[in-house]
Amino acid sequence: MSNGAENAGLYGYLARFDLVDEFLAGATQVRDAGYTRWDAHSPFVIHGLDAAMGVKKTILPYIVFAAGLTGAAAGILLQWWTNAFDYPFLISGKPLFSLPANIPIAFETTILFAAISALIGMLALNRLPQLYHPLFTNRSFKRATDDRFFISIEAVDPLFDPIATRELLESISGRPIEEIEDQP
Amino acid sequence: MSATTTDTVSYLDNTGDDPTVRARLVVGDNDFHSVTEKVCGIVERPQPKLWWVVFAISSSLTLVLLAMIAYLVTTGIGVWGLMIPVGWGYAIVNFVFWVGIGHAGTLISAILFLFRQRWRTSINRFAEGMTIFAVMCAGIFPGIHVGRIWFAYWLAPIPNQMSMWPNFRSPLLWDVFAVGTYATVSLLFWYMGMIPDLATLRDRATTKIRYYAYGLLSLGWRSSNRHWHRFEFAYLLLAALATPLVLSVHSVVSFDFAVSIMPGWHTTIFPPYFVAGAIFSGFAMVVTLVIPVRKIYGLQEIITTRHLDNMAKIMLATSMMVGFAYSTEFFVAWYSGNAYEAFTFMNRAFGPYAWAYWTMVTCNVIVPQVFWMKKFRTNTILLWIAAVLINVGMWFERFVIVVSSLSRDYLPTSRGYYRPSIVDILTFLGSFGLFFTLFLLFIRFLPIVGMAEVKGVMPQAHLDRPDHRGHGDYHGDISGTEVLS
Repeated sequence: MSNGAENAGLYGYLARFDLVDEFLAGATQVRDAGYTRWDAHSPFVIHGLDAAMGVKKTILPYIVFAAGLTGAAAGILLQWWTNAFDYPFLISGKPLFSLPANIPIAFETTILFAAISALIGMLALNRLPQLYHPLFTNRSFKRATDDRFFISIEAVDPLFDPIATRELLESISGRPIEEIEDQP
Repeated sequence: MSATTTDTVSYLDNTGDDPTVRARLVVGDNDFHSVTEKVCGIVERPQPKLWWVVFAISSSLTLVLLAMIAYLVTTGIGVWGLMIPVGWGYAIVNFVFWVGIGHAGTLISAILFLFRQRWRTSINRFAEGMTIFAVMCAGIFPGIHVGRIWFAYWLAPIPNQMSMWPNFRSPLLWDVFAVGTYATVSLLFWYMGMIPDLATLRDRATTKIRYYAYGLLSLGWRSSNRHWHRFEFAYLLLAALATPLVLSVHSVVSFDFAVSIMPGWHTTIFPPYFVAGAIFSGFAMVVTLVIPVRKIYGLQEIITTRHLDNMAKIMLATSMMVGFAYSTEFFVAWYSGNAYEAFTFMNRAFGPYAWAYWTMVTCNVIVPQVFWMKKFRTNTILLWIAAVLINVGMWFERFVIVVSSLSRDYLPTSRGYYRPSIVDILTFLGSFGLFFTLFLLFIRFLPIVGMAEVKGVMPQAHLDRPDHRGHGDYHGDISGTEVLS
């Protein structure tokens, strides 16, 4: 249904909600209508919204797990290479390489690698930093970080129709919706 | 008692212990917007006069710190009161003291998060900030303690002209990794939690500088739920990683002592004892800072009496753990039958440093007993005084551990009495200057309350259906007091 020429210059529609209940119900309806390129914006995490939107669980834990294992391997390897191989460091007749003595450092590098990957992985999966976004051109959207809730449907969604989508959003939010331009 | 008959519960008093009534974590007539206004207002409005007065004092003290470090580096470690046998003095005491202070921040942000203690939301940003500044202060001391600080890079595994590597089986090197990792992870955690709040400041910006500065720092956060989903997961993962980390950091710090053969240090109780003490001192510092800040900036409805009450209870619990550790040390000294160990502990309590030992016991074990009484947990002045005394006591704990053991070890011929020099004392005071300077700048420029998290525990954030009420200590079931915006 999407018409490229008709929607030129249009990023999408933005609907505003004042209450959490209406917002959640609205997200459920947009999900059930079959839209895929849409988003819900709230100033804080709303429990139940992931289900209401049908958000798939993130792969972030696997990334962090892999990074943690890498960190553990790096920590062990570093200690083996430096103290047992490259410059054998004999102290009090203790073994050059023994796991118990090398656990603390390996533990710290595990945590370090995993924690860094948690932040960077989260940002990368979210495609952040992204300092410009069409939604930022809308003045009322500034309240998305304060006390209002928004649903945006993008014009590139295959189901997007300038009239039907507008009517859907107006019916669930109960107030006029706003058009967001793509590029100023 | 049913929730509908609790009309007697005051709008502002949320300290009740009735488990059938869920305590509100934000009291008064607040909605999401008023929380934003209150927290952002601190950054957006000019600072009160008192801020400038304290900033003038603390930044001057920071200069004293820098001057003392410059004097130390140009002259040599002899400007300190260190001697043989007491080769570890103020620098190590201060290092352990400051690292310990940091632990409360991670406990509040990570461990209480895993335990779903939702009252943490009002104070976690604040406490995490304190963690980072305390760890920065702590990091200075081992750095300058090496004497020739241009060789401090020997601590890191960097290929160098000697083709030598650090000794990875030394707890001192574990310390470098533990504290380094701790500082990094705390900073990541702190920053990540702040991204949505920085976006709030960006969206409220009235000047170009603020708009661009907060815009850059918030990385283009647009409150998208697809982002929130991964954000929450990352937060959970960081909390799960920071929890064992924080327990490991002070354990590793305690290894610095415990792996030596010094009587009074060589004991297996050290890691848990140090961790309990760290959390104890950290909470005392949070309370010391939060009481004036909530008063001056009018945050009493967000950082409520219940928060102070809870922190006082944690201080009481950790004080008992620390007190138990003190007595266990004595028991083991006697039960082990080791003459040196027994001497060390008799010497601690009745020797030349008895004054420090009894200061420590008074402040850490006796003073916190007042928290059995609710009045002392909820009266801010009494609570503040007790918290300051605990800070003093915890500094003395480290002093007792470091100095009393070293000054009287195995050989009576090598005994001594350590006295700090004026440079030691000024360096210590200077580190407080640095800590408070960083803290004041944090208040001035960054959101000191995690707004996005506080809004999530307000009653308005939850569905008005009984099956969506959630569990535990986080929103009002008190009929007639819920206000939907």
